[in-house]
Amino acid sequence: MKRNYLLSDSIISPLGFGTVENLESIHRGRSALNFHKNPIFSEDGVYAGIIPEKIINEAFNQIGNPELYTKLEKLIILAIQEVLNENPGLKLQDTGLIISTTKGNIDQLGKNEFPEERLYLWKMAEVIASFFGFEKKPVVVSNACISGALAIKTANDLISAGRFAKVIVAGGDLVSDFVLSGFQSFQAISPEPCRPFSNDRQGISLGEAAAAILIGPNGKEKEKIAYVDACTANDANHISGPSRTGEGLYLSISRLLSACNIFPEEIGFLSAHGTATTYNDEMEAIAFNRTGLEKIPVNSFKGYYGHTLGTSALIETILTKHSLLKNELFASVNFSESGVSKPLNLIKQHIHKELKLALKTASGFGGCNLAMLLKKETDE
Amino acid sequence: MSKQLFIQDSVIIRNGKVIVNGKIIHETDADQKLSSFLKSIYKKQNFKYPKFFKMDSLSKLGYLASEILFKNKEPESKTALVFSNAASSLDTDKAYAETMNDFPSPSVFVYTLPNIMLGEISIRFQLRSENIFLINEEFDPGYYIDYSKVLFEEGKASKIVCGWVDLHNSDYDVFLCQISPGEGYDFNEEELKKLYLPTHE
Repeated sequence: MKRNYLLSDSIISPLGFGTVENLESIHRGRSALNFHKNPIFSEDGVYAGIIPEKIINEAFNQIGNPELYTKLEKLIILAIQEVLNENPGLKLQDTGLIISTTKGNIDQLGKNEFPEERLYLWKMAEVIASFFGFEKKPVVVSNACISGALAIKTANDLISAGRFAKVIVAGGDLVSDFVLSGFQSFQAISPEPCRPFSNDRQGISLGEAAAAILIGPNGKEKEKIAYVDACTANDANHISGPSRTGEGLYLSISRLLSACNIFPEEIGFLSAHGTATTYNDEMEAIAFNRTGLEKIPVNSFKGYYGHTLGTSALIETILTKHSLLKNELFASVNFSESGVSKPLNLIKQHIHKELKLALKTASGFGGCNLAMLLKKETDE
Repeated sequence: MSKQLFIQDSVIIRNGKVIVNGKIIHETDADQKLSSFLKSIYKKQNFKYPKFFKMDSLSKLGYLASEILFKNKEPESKTALVFSNAASSLDTDKAYAETMNDFPSPSVFVYTLPNIMLGEISIRFQLRSENIFLINEEFDPGYYIDYSKVLFEEGKASKIVCGWVDLHNSDYDVFLCQISPGEGYDFNEEELKKLYLPTHE
């Protein structure tokens, strides 16, 4: 079957506008997580990764009227614009647009700044599509915290089915009082910047960001990253609590590896979900051990960005792509000492390593799990 | 090449009616409150699944429709769930927002994602299979067909439940159908549209 590739990409986050700036921030070990005042919290605030709207509007002014779009729409539009700038010949009439988001414009709920229908995820997608003039109707993937990677799988599958020639996958989610208060009600928010897989982890930090990536055949670069395959599996166990046995994650990884005839030791890098809640990180450690991945260098990018929900697996896939291209493993920032019951090979500092194959995993509410394989191909 | 796929059973929940394979199996006044309508289906069908009562209305709709679809036969383990709707979880989002400023409710918050319904159905039928939840403005058969065909071709599913479970301002619209190789209606846009919106000629 014809392979699809991860082509141009863009990340818009507190760590920078564009993938290059984001990679520079990661190189320097910068984190987006800063203290923000918020009356929901008894400590008078919370650590989160937030992009000031003023900066967004300054950037957006170059391409449109910032008053006509919500904060999230602007972020996603900025991400897509950068991908289009790099691909001036892209034919929008046969390029699909797939949006990944969990809550869309939920910060607008109860406000009257925009028409109420902008709360519909399909409407938000339509507004973004018509900004650029995509001719095909956009579709939204809203599948909790695996959405970003599931949208890439969807793009690949819809290209395979002949629906689109190429697809831009774009995702975004905001740090809203809606989501903050919800996670706080679960007592899942960390009082300090999150520390995935560490023994002193105290929960998640939230972040906001948007990202976009072009998926399609015919990568012209000499070295390019192929989407190999992805599998999802449900835990069938609990709608909000991670499985104690890591069943769904274990199944998604083991089915993927066996479908692709890949042995665990062939994988050079594992980009974990790593939210830094007690139960999630423990669940992942169990699933990674059950699949023989305990020695594979692994990180969580949540310490850099916080949990960006529907964007997180998209951003982490983009960063994994650049890890493969640069032959560089990025440190799992904020990691102190292992706080899970099974061994894992956490990346403690950036290191150079020849890479060919990488595994991206994600898990989310509703018991969903996903595993995706990416492979570097080099033209002779 | 790909195996030919067919549509077998289908379930519609709409306008106070539950319709299975074109036959009305349950009917109440279309103006009845949604919560009473959902409870009446549960009771009439004699379902025994106490988790039903803690679900939000969107998940209840998805749960009931799948329970009716699988009534005579538990689903195979490789039954994938390919679902979509238009309003995501907006009704529950609004309900959660009501609680937000006083005592944010974790039990309501957890239902503010549309794919929670897939989790509920997976738990009930112990399905550890492929799942996806898409959002479209309206029922769009092409996405089910394209996404499902690839799942079959790659051997990731032996059966698929395609589902449209939409709820907004208490207006509900549910259509579930089962797809597999074998026999039934052709799995194409025209047949899916006819089954979703039957016209009585």
